[in-house]
Amino acid sequence: MNRITSVIALALLLALPLLTGGTYYTNLASQILIAAIFAMSLNLLVGYAGLTSLGHAGYLGLAAYISSWLMVKLGWSHASSAAMAIVGTTVIAGIFGLIALRATGISFLMITLAFGQILWGLAYRWASVTGGDNGISGLTRPSPFGLDLGEANIFYYCTLFVFLLVLLAITILVRSPFGATIRGTKDQPRRMNALGFNVWLIRWITFTACGFFGSIGGIMYVYYHQFISPHSLSLANSAEMLLMVIAGGAGTLLGPVIGAALVMLLKNVASQYVDHWVTLLGLVFIFIVMFIPGGIVAGFDRIKSALTSAK
Amino acid sequence: MSFWLIQSLNSLALGGVLFTLAAGFSLIFGLMRIANLSHGAYFMLGAYVGLSVIEAGHSFFLAILAAAVAIGILGCIVERIILRRLAGNSLSQVLATLGVAFVIADCSLWFWGGDPRPVSAPSFLAGGVQIFGLTFPLYRIALVVFSIFVAIGLWALLDKTKLGVMIRASVDDRQMAQGVGVPATKLFSIVFCLGAALAGVGGIAAAPILSVYPGLDADMLPIALVVVILGGLGSLLGAFIGSFLIGFIYSFGQVLFPDLAYIILFLPMLIILAVRPRGLFGKISA
Amino acid sequence: MMNPILQVSNLTKSFGGLQVTKGVNLSVHTGERHLLIGPNGAGKTTLFNLISGDLASDSGSITLAGKNVTKLSTARRAQLDLARTYQILTLFGKDNLLSNVKLALLGKMPLRWKCWGSFLSEAALDQKALSVLDMVGLGSKAYLPLEQTSYGEKRRLEIAMALAQNPQILLLDEPLAGLSTEERETITQLLKQIDRKITILMIEHDMEVALAFADRITLLHYGEVITSGTRQEVVNDPRTKEIYLGQ
Repeated sequence: MNRITSVIALALLLALPLLTGGTYYTNLASQILIAAIFAMSLNLLVGYAGLTSLGHAGYLGLAAYISSWLMVKLGWSHASSAAMAIVGTTVIAGIFGLIALRATGISFLMITLAFGQILWGLAYRWASVTGGDNGISGLTRPSPFGLDLGEANIFYYCTLFVFLLVLLAITILVRSPFGATIRGTKDQPRRMNALGFNVWLIRWITFTACGFFGSIGGIMYVYYHQFISPHSLSLANSAEMLLMVIAGGAGTLLGPVIGAALVMLLKNVASQYVDHWVTLLGLVFIFIVMFIPGGIVAGFDRIKSALTSAK
Repeated sequence: MSFWLIQSLNSLALGGVLFTLAAGFSLIFGLMRIANLSHGAYFMLGAYVGLSVIEAGHSFFLAILAAAVAIGILGCIVERIILRRLAGNSLSQVLATLGVAFVIADCSLWFWGGDPRPVSAPSFLAGGVQIFGLTFPLYRIALVVFSIFVAIGLWALLDKTKLGVMIRASVDDRQMAQGVGVPATKLFSIVFCLGAALAGVGGIAAAPILSVYPGLDADMLPIALVVVILGGLGSLLGAFIGSFLIGFIYSFGQVLFPDLAYIILFLPMLIILAVRPRGLFGKISA
Repeated sequence: MMNPILQVSNLTKSFGGLQVTKGVNLSVHTGERHLLIGPNGAGKTTLFNLISGDLASDSGSITLAGKNVTKLSTARRAQLDLARTYQILTLFGKDNLLSNVKLALLGKMPLRWKCWGSFLSEAALDQKALSVLDMVGLGSKAYLPLEQTSYGEKRRLEIAMALAQNPQILLLDEPLAGLSTEERETITQLLKQIDRKITILMIEHDMEVALAFADRITLLHYGEVITSGTRQEVVNDPRTKEIYLGQ
C-alpha cells in the first residue's frame, strides 16, 4: 500500500463517524477494528512464523476475564486491571508457548486447540470465579482523560487509536531484522538452524508477542461489549479468527484487517439479508483456500498486475 | 458399588461412541495426513439425518443406514471436489475441512433449527435390564455391543481384506506403497468416505444418550482429537483403547469433579504430545 | 603438528537395527581441503549431519577447534564457526539473492534480535552481502528474485550463504551435483579461490574435479573409514580400487 493510499485510508477512518449516519455503523467499525487486532496478532504466528493456531480466542478470554474479575471482585481501576490482564495473559502465553512449541504442524494445531478448550472449559465450569455460563456483566468502560467512552464516536476514536498503535507496532516488528528472521524460520527452519539462529527462541518470542497483542484485543473487546462469557472463547471463535487471517491474506500486514472486515461485515450486515451468512462465509473461505491461497490481498495483487500488464 | 458399575457402563457406552468418531479420524489422518476438522460436523449431521428418518416414522435401523449412506456420500463429494484438488498441501486441506465444518454446522441449523432435539432409543432397546439387582439402561449396553461389532468389522477389513492390506501399507509407508502400485487416489476416497460414514453412524447411535443440538460438532471434535492423540494417530487399536480410556476419564470425571472434568480430558493429551508424540500405539508422530 | 580443527573420534550412529556410522575417526587440519568419498549409501551425508548437529550421535565425540561439540545443537555449532551446504537446496525461495545472503550474515550478529528498523535497508548489512555475492560472481544479480535464477546460480548462492557465515570450517555436500560442465568449472574455480584460512571438508562424486582439489581424502564404505590419507595414498590404495571397480 503506497503513501497516497495510506493517507486516504487514514483520512477515511478518521472521518468515518461523520460519514456514517448514526451509531450503528460507527459501532460496527469499532467491532471491525477490534476483530482486526485479534487477526493481526494471530497473523504474526500464522502468517509470519508459519505456526497455525486454533486457540487464539483463549487470549481474548484470558484478558477479558482477568480485567473484569479484578474490577468487579477486587474493585481495581480500569487502568490497573487492564495492565494486569495484559501482563497476565502475556505471561500465560509464554508458558503455553513452552509446551506448544515442542510440536509443529498438526500437533501444534491440536495443542493450541486444546489450550483454547481448557480455557473455555475453565470459563464455563469455574463458576465461582467466572460466573459460568452467565459470564461477567455490568462492566464499565473507562474514562481516559475524562473522555466518555460510552459515546459511540468517542469509543470509535479510542479504538482506532489502539488499532493504529498495534498496526504500527506489528509493522515495525515485521520489517525489522528480527522480523526477517521470523519469516526465515517459516520458510526454511533447517537452514535457519544451520545459520546459527535459535529457531525455538524466535518462535517462542513470536508466540508470546501474539498473546500480548491478542490480550490488547481482549481488553478492547470487553470494554466494547461490557460483558464477557465463555462463548467468546469458543472453538468457533478461534476458528473465525483463523478464517479472518487466511481469507484476508496470511503473512501480509493488511490481510488480517481485510479478513476481519469481511467476516464482521458478513456477520452484521449480510446477516440482515442473508440468514445463513455462516454458510456463505464457509463457502467463501473454502473458495479462497482452494483458488486464492494468498487471500484477498493476493487476489487484489493479481488483479492489479493483470490490469497493469494489460495496458 | 452400584455407582461404580453404573458409571462403568456409562463410560463404556461413551467410549463406544467415541470409538466410531475417533476410528474414522484416525484412519483419515493415518492415510491422508489430513486432520479432518469437519469430523465433528459429520457426527452431528449423521445424528440429524437419523433423527429425520425416525421422525418420518421409520425404524432406528433405517436411521443408522441412512446416516451412513448420506454422510458417506457427503464425505465422498468433499474429498473429490475439495480435498483432492489440494493434494500435497496439508495445511490447505485442514483449512478446507474447517470451512466445510462451518458450512455443515450452519446448514444443519438452517434445516433442523436451534433447539436441542432428543432422540429416543428404539423401543426394543428402551428401558433397563436387571443384573445383580441393579438396573442398567439397555441402550447403553447395546451401544457397547455395537461399538465392539464396529471394531471387529474394521479390524476384519484392515486385517483380512485386500483393501485393508493396502490401507495398512499406505499408513505405514506411503511412498513405498505407491511405489508398488497401490492406487492412492482411490484409496483416499474410500477411506475418507468410510471415515465420514462412521462418524455419521456414531452420531445417530449416540443420539439417544447425547441428543442432537447445534454445537454438538464443536463439542465432539476436541474430544475426538484427544482420543486419537492419546491412542496414536493411524492406529485402530489406539483409537479403541483411547476411546474407552477417555470414556472412563470423562464419565467418572463428570461425577467426581464436575468443575474440572472437561479440563482433565486435555491433560493426558498435552502430556502425550509433550512426552511421546506418537501416542500410546501410534505409528506416526503427530 | 597443530591440532586438527575438526576431530571426529569413534563416532557411531544406528537407525533401529542398522548401524550407519561405525566408529568413524576423522582429522581435518586448518586450511586443508579434505575430500570425503565413497559409493552411494556409504554414509557420507549422515556423517555430515552428525558433524553439523542435524543428527545426534550414539557414541563418540566431535571436536571443533579444540571444543567438544558432541552435545551441542546445530545452531550452537554454527555459532562456533561451522558452516555447511546441503545436497538439496535450502534457500529462501520467496526472497531475492541479497536477502538470502543478508539472512546468512545475520545468523551470528547481535543485529538479528533488533525489533525495530528496517531489514531491507540496513546499509552495512547490504554492503557486506553484496561483497559476498561478488565473491561468487552473483553481485550483478543481487536484486533478482530467487525463482528467476538458474540451478547453477542457486548452487553458487548456497555456497555464498555458507561463506557469509565467516566459518572456520566449511562442509560442502556435493556442491557440483546436477550442474552442467560449464557451471562445474565456475564453481570449481570459486572453491579454489576460497581463502586457506577456511578449512573445507567436501563430499563429491565428480572424481576428476574432486581429486584435483583435494589435499587429503577419506574413503567411507558402509559407514566405516576404509582408508584415509593424501590424495596419492588413497588413489593408490588397493582397497579404493576394489570398492570403486568392484561396483
